[in-house]
Amino acid sequence: MYHVVIGMELHAQLQTQSKMFCGCSADYWAAPPNSHVCPVCLAMPGVLPVINAKAVEQTVRAGLALNCQIAPFSVFARKNYHYPDLPKGYQISQYELPLCHDGWLLIEGEDGQPKRIGIRRAHLEEDTGKSIHVGPLGPGSERADHPTDGATLIDLNRAGLPLLEIVTEADMASGEEAYRYLVKLRTILRTLGVNSGDMEKGAMRCEVNLSLRTAEQAAAGQYGVKVEVKNLNSFKAVRDSIAYEIQRQTAVLDGGRAVRQVTMGWDENRRCTVVQRGKESSEDYRYFPEPDLPPLELSRAWVEGVRASLPELPDARAARFVRDCGLTARDAALLTVERAVADWFEAAVAAYGGAPREVANWVTGQLFALLKSEEGDIASLPFQPAELADLIRLVDAGTINRNTGKKVLEQMVATGQPPAAIVEAQGLAQLSDEADLVQVIDALLAANPGEVAKYRAGKTSLLGWFMGQVMKETRGKANPDLVRRLVTQRLDG
Amino acid sequence: MSDELFRLTIHQAAGLLRRREITSVELTQAVLERIYAVDNAVRAYLSLMPEAALERAAAADCALAAADDPASLPALLGIPLAIKDVILVEGAPTTCGSKMLEDFVSPFEATVIGKLRAAGAVLLGKTNTDEFAMGSSTENSAFVATRNPWDLSRVPGGSSGGSAAAVAADECLAALGSDTGGSVRQPAALCGVVGIKPTYGRVSRYGLTAFASSLDQIGCLTKDVTDAALLLHAIAGHDPLDSTSMDAPIPDYAAALGLARSETGQSYEARSETGQSFGALGLARSETGQSYETSVALAGLRPSQPLHGLRVGVPREYFIDGMQPEVEQAVRAAIDALVSLGAELREISLPHTQYALPVYYLIAPAEASANLARYDGVRYGLRHPDAQTMWEGFKLSRGAGFGPEVKRRIMLGAYALSAGYYDAYYLKAQQVRTLLKRDFDLAFQQVDVIAAPVSPTTAFRVGEKADDPMSMYLADVFTLSLNLAGNCGLSVPCGFDLQGLPIGLQLIGPAFGEAAILRAAYAYEQATDWRARRPVVGERWPVNGKRRTVNGKR
Ligand SMILES: [Zn+2]
Repeated sequence: MYHVVIGMELHAQLQTQSKMFCGCSADYWAAPPNSHVCPVCLAMPGVLPVINAKAVEQTVRAGLALNCQIAPFSVFARKNYHYPDLPKGYQISQYELPLCHDGWLLIEGEDGQPKRIGIRRAHLEEDTGKSIHVGPLGPGSERADHPTDGATLIDLNRAGLPLLEIVTEADMASGEEAYRYLVKLRTILRTLGVNSGDMEKGAMRCEVNLSLRTAEQAAAGQYGVKVEVKNLNSFKAVRDSIAYEIQRQTAVLDGGRAVRQVTMGWDENRRCTVVQRGKESSEDYRYFPEPDLPPLELSRAWVEGVRASLPELPDARAARFVRDCGLTARDAALLTVERAVADWFEAAVAAYGGAPREVANWVTGQLFALLKSEEGDIASLPFQPAELADLIRLVDAGTINRNTGKKVLEQMVATGQPPAAIVEAQGLAQLSDEADLVQVIDALLAANPGEVAKYRAGKTSLLGWFMGQVMKETRGKANPDLVRRLVTQRLDG
Repeated sequence: MSDELFRLTIHQAAGLLRRREITSVELTQAVLERIYAVDNAVRAYLSLMPEAALERAAAADCALAAADDPASLPALLGIPLAIKDVILVEGAPTTCGSKMLEDFVSPFEATVIGKLRAAGAVLLGKTNTDEFAMGSSTENSAFVATRNPWDLSRVPGGSSGGSAAAVAADECLAALGSDTGGSVRQPAALCGVVGIKPTYGRVSRYGLTAFASSLDQIGCLTKDVTDAALLLHAIAGHDPLDSTSMDAPIPDYAAALGLARSETGQSYEARSETGQSFGALGLARSETGQSYETSVALAGLRPSQPLHGLRVGVPREYFIDGMQPEVEQAVRAAIDALVSLGAELREISLPHTQYALPVYYLIAPAEASANLARYDGVRYGLRHPDAQTMWEGFKLSRGAGFGPEVKRRIMLGAYALSAGYYDAYYLKAQQVRTLLKRDFDLAFQQVDVIAAPVSPTTAFRVGEKADDPMSMYLADVFTLSLNLAGNCGLSVPCGFDLQGLPIGLQLIGPAFGEAAILRAAYAYEQATDWRARRPVVGERWPVNGKRRTVNGKR
């Protein structure tokens, strides 16, 4: 067994109206190729960048939410490399003096305890365009007939979009922790309104650094060889690729071989990582301060203004759930991992009017289990939070018992029908009429004189058997408390 | 008179236009004729926009005719100007003197061009430059080597050699250039015209093709100091598109010259007394073979002391062994002249001057290596037809598009920035740059203006230094400190060498001290008559067909 050491770099597209350094619209999704471009983001001769103030504000919001230090003085830098979708031949990024540094984010560790994941830095940079490499010319075909075969097509709509890069310390010890970090981070960024969280559309892109080390190495503060994993297009890909890499590197180390320092790509179809680039070909980006932009100076007052404008963040919300709603810390944490869940929960609590803890039990218990087995998320539920409140009230009123309630919830998730309609249509209402139940019980006792005799002779454990028979007879609709009282009464009386 | 209109300065022409003695169309036509007559010899222009120029001239004439108060119109209304071909003009080619951009037509334009258009200026065409402004002779142009109008076997200096030659040969009334290490001042000195490099941030760089972003600044090349003041005023100012441009007040530079407005009441006509002199200038050169002896000129000094109280510093590091003796004599004589005009002289020291050249040749190429990375043939510019793959496209296009000096600097810059060398080269250079800036800051606590040579020599022969980059780099040894420090400087004619080649006096000011150096230069210019001598450009030179005629935005 090896200790797993994971760090993560996340690129999140900020939600500004215009690009990072020009006035082009940032709303490029599904726009025709190269329709959101101007001389600046096309890198015409003589153009100059102008910093998008909104992007700076959103970065600072994220930095504050991640408990970072906000640099009063930060510097943009040029990261030099050639690629056709990088119009200037360099990316304007931040290198030595990032906007935000030295923060942390809290997750639930593998041991169930709260765990801090260190944020090394969070900085602002610009996105690249997209390159589409078209397959090579087929044998015997002419370029004129297939003008784009073998070509690299460039779409620069995305070029120059503001990107927030968040780099963690190597604080995560498993794929699960990495996954939790990502989910929590996404919730924070969404809550702040700085990122859509849409990983499939590339609004969030992440890279994982992973290394294994022995217990002795860990004790000595040493690290194993670091492998970078890219091309992770979903949260699941992050978790799966980490699991795969741990397995692969474990096999390498167990075989007495050394892990190579490489960049791997996750192959979603083959469900494995493949080598993208060796260390020997790693690039020298020749960073230097961007001379076209003066250093960014942020006043303390401005930063404090941004801090004051921050919305309630997941940790604060969880604390409020414990304090004001009487939830357990665990339930509160579970309910605030995703903002949509917390919002849904609060809406249900408001509609319910009773103890929030009751709602929390239903959400974190039955509802989460159903969502997990259906692989759905709370936003896709076909019913409203108020309808969960209706269901809980049906249980409270004794109209249905708790077990029936769970079955009703299952059908609500499947069909979206209101709970009362399900109860009505399927005759699930609890039998609470004493006279009716007494009839059923008396018939049961009459039909089973032997069991009655045994019970009365002292084998009181038969009570459960009698109750089960009544529930069976009533197809589970009988009010269990009432049944218990009546059966005991008749047997003892 | 119209056949000699091309000899006018901006302020002379502005006066005549306002008095309706000439029209802008006549003026523009005269300048175009002049270009057709002499540019085959001088080769200052890479492209011309005659139709668009005449249309704008006609529009200026309408505005002049319609104005109730012509004096209130912008100084540049109807004035034909030339633009260095590193500055983008919408609809016009911008080649930067490079094969890489031979067919590039700009879809947008520089902020300074927008300002010139708003002022009603007439744009004649684009002038030659060393490729991407990298050079000191204009020989690095991929298209043609511009000649010095004073001696066509010599270079005009560079990299704004096309603009300087065009002004000297009266192929425009004035021109814009760019100055990264002396590229306005040095050709101005070598061509005997006025050239000013404003303070970094004084003029917007938006639309100026970047060579070295922290050093580049657009400047003016003009026939006299008054014109420099007028043109600078028109292009100066903060630009929201250039984050390095400064939001500092723009003085009325012409008024700051000290007499223009107060003397005549009508602006831009400060020299109306001498307004007729342009009719009799053809003889200058033959007549005054000895006039590098500045004492002759000083005989014409005014009795008044317009520079009374001005503290002029003379840096000992700027008079070095190996300078051409006439240059040193002329500059020292000019400094004496400043004293006669009332200035106080102080010897000063700029102790880190010796490091300016190496510092410059680390920082400028480093920035250039990144600035020129965009020329990859993907979106515009040269794309090599033989490229089969993406990477081959990069290599072949850049290999064919850039000339040897550009490649040399890209490699030098990439090396200075590379891992393991960054601290020793780029970072160290930036630290020394801070010391150079401090030299000037300390000096300007003691003096108002610094006087120095512009170039260690007068114009050298075409080809003389072409194969020796180091000696070419030394041509900028007195000018590039300013670009590193960010302050302003100008070159004003201060004499001629034994071969009749012009010499420039450099006046250096603190950041945003343009008014002070213009005022000193103006007083000096008024007290001397160097301006009276003009080059005689023959018309017997073979046709060179590289210039293109195009029509830019109207
Ligand atoms: Zn754009």
